[in-house]
Amino acid sequence: MIRVVLPAHLRTLARVNGEVTLDIEGPITQRSILDALEASYPTLRGAIRDHVTQRRRPFVRFFACGQDLSHDSPDEPLPDAVATAAEPFLVVGAIAGG
Amino acid sequence: MVGTHKGAFILTSDAKRERWNITGPHFAGWEIYHIKGSPADPNRLYASQSNGWFGQQVQRSNDGGVTWEPVGNQFVYDGVPGTHQWYDGTPHPWEFKRVWHFEPSLTDPDTVYAGVEDAALFRSTDGGGTWQELAGLRGHGTGASWQPGAGGLCLHTIILDPSDSQRMFIAISAAGAFRTDDAGKTWRPINRGLKSEFLPDANAEVGHCVHRIAMHRSRPGVLFMQKHWDVMRSDDAGESWQEVSGNLPTDFGFAIDVHAHEPETIYVVPIKSDSEHFPLDGKLRVYRSRTGGNEWEPLTKGLPQSDCYVNVLRNAMAVDSLDSCGVYFGTTGGQVYASADAGDSWMPIVHDLPAVLSVEAQTLP
Repeated sequence: MIRVVLPAHLRTLARVNGEVTLDIEGPITQRSILDALEASYPTLRGAIRDHVTQRRRPFVRFFACGQDLSHDSPDEPLPDAVATAAEPFLVVGAIAGG
Repeated sequence: MVGTHKGAFILTSDAKRERWNITGPHFAGWEIYHIKGSPADPNRLYASQSNGWFGQQVQRSNDGGVTWEPVGNQFVYDGVPGTHQWYDGTPHPWEFKRVWHFEPSLTDPDTVYAGVEDAALFRSTDGGGTWQELAGLRGHGTGASWQPGAGGLCLHTIILDPSDSQRMFIAISAAGAFRTDDAGKTWRPINRGLKSEFLPDANAEVGHCVHRIAMHRSRPGVLFMQKHWDVMRSDDAGESWQEVSGNLPTDFGFAIDVHAHEPETIYVVPIKSDSEHFPLDGKLRVYRSRTGGNEWEPLTKGLPQSDCYVNVLRNAMAVDSLDSCGVYFGTTGGQVYASADAGDSWMPIVHDLPAVLSVEAQTLP
């Protein structure tokens, strides 16, 4: 089981409260988490990464275990603590404004 | 139906239009560029929901806005998208940003057109589930020279001809107006008569900053336009345009609309200039012409006549089809004003919404 924390706007969009849990087989990477997330909640397609290029939207960030993983390869394995559900994978709406 | 910078609001009243009920915010915290109902089924609504973090969502209601469901939000340009001009004149790839305008079909609730930024026209025939670009517009020949206005390269106006299902008008800032006579397969610019002094050639075929076009359904060949500067009309479906600014105190503005029952009665909200986006002298005045332009009268009763420095954006004016005609507009200050007597007098329905991006009226049986 993988734990995912979504920002408030995306929880509203997906109609979920609190953390989302996902069952994923195989390597735990940004891509495998987002693939499973979008499969479970199709309304999130396009809201976190581009429909076609699959690139992360500019004001979205991915954190886990106190690290910013946003610029890592989407296929890089995530920390064991995420894979074992000891820590959640955080999808974050960047602070942008003034 | 009011779209704002931070959500949507539904304002309802009986035919007297004196007491209003307000619900919302729907989609709180999101920019709602436009909400519009289907003429074929008033319970079917489409809303454009977007923000800079999480992109575009399309919301559809089948019960007049009581409940909503997200539908397709994938807008992919047809083929190799190519480039348009950027502000500095360099080529810039077409990139989808948001939907500015939904125009539901006059006859089929599941068919709806979307005008988007960067400027393109999309159509859905499955109630918003999937979207296909009508690529003949961008591909007709001048697309590579289109340049964004200050608000972006947006396709903001879509008008369907009720007398000819093959004919459609659209407008883009800052490219101009375009027409199709074959249901969107092929397009051509219809900008003859527009003069834009900011262009090297003021009479150029494209490059005009058209802010809004309006049409009365009984006379689909007559179009009224609020251009960046100048109020214009065409009596030949856009083949040529004549200026009808007449005695307006300033002919800059965004919104324009036509009375529901008097096709020669039109409304604009003059704004001081393109560098000062607020009413002249701090007085919020709607101007009405009963002669199709040139002769204008200020409408001020019930509107603030001092210290008012709001703007009225291009999608933020609408009329209902009651008798007498109701006229509505929203401001960047969050007020929505209504007139139940064709503009003679006004009252604020609500004072303190977020900045209003769009207003549409539905007259229910």
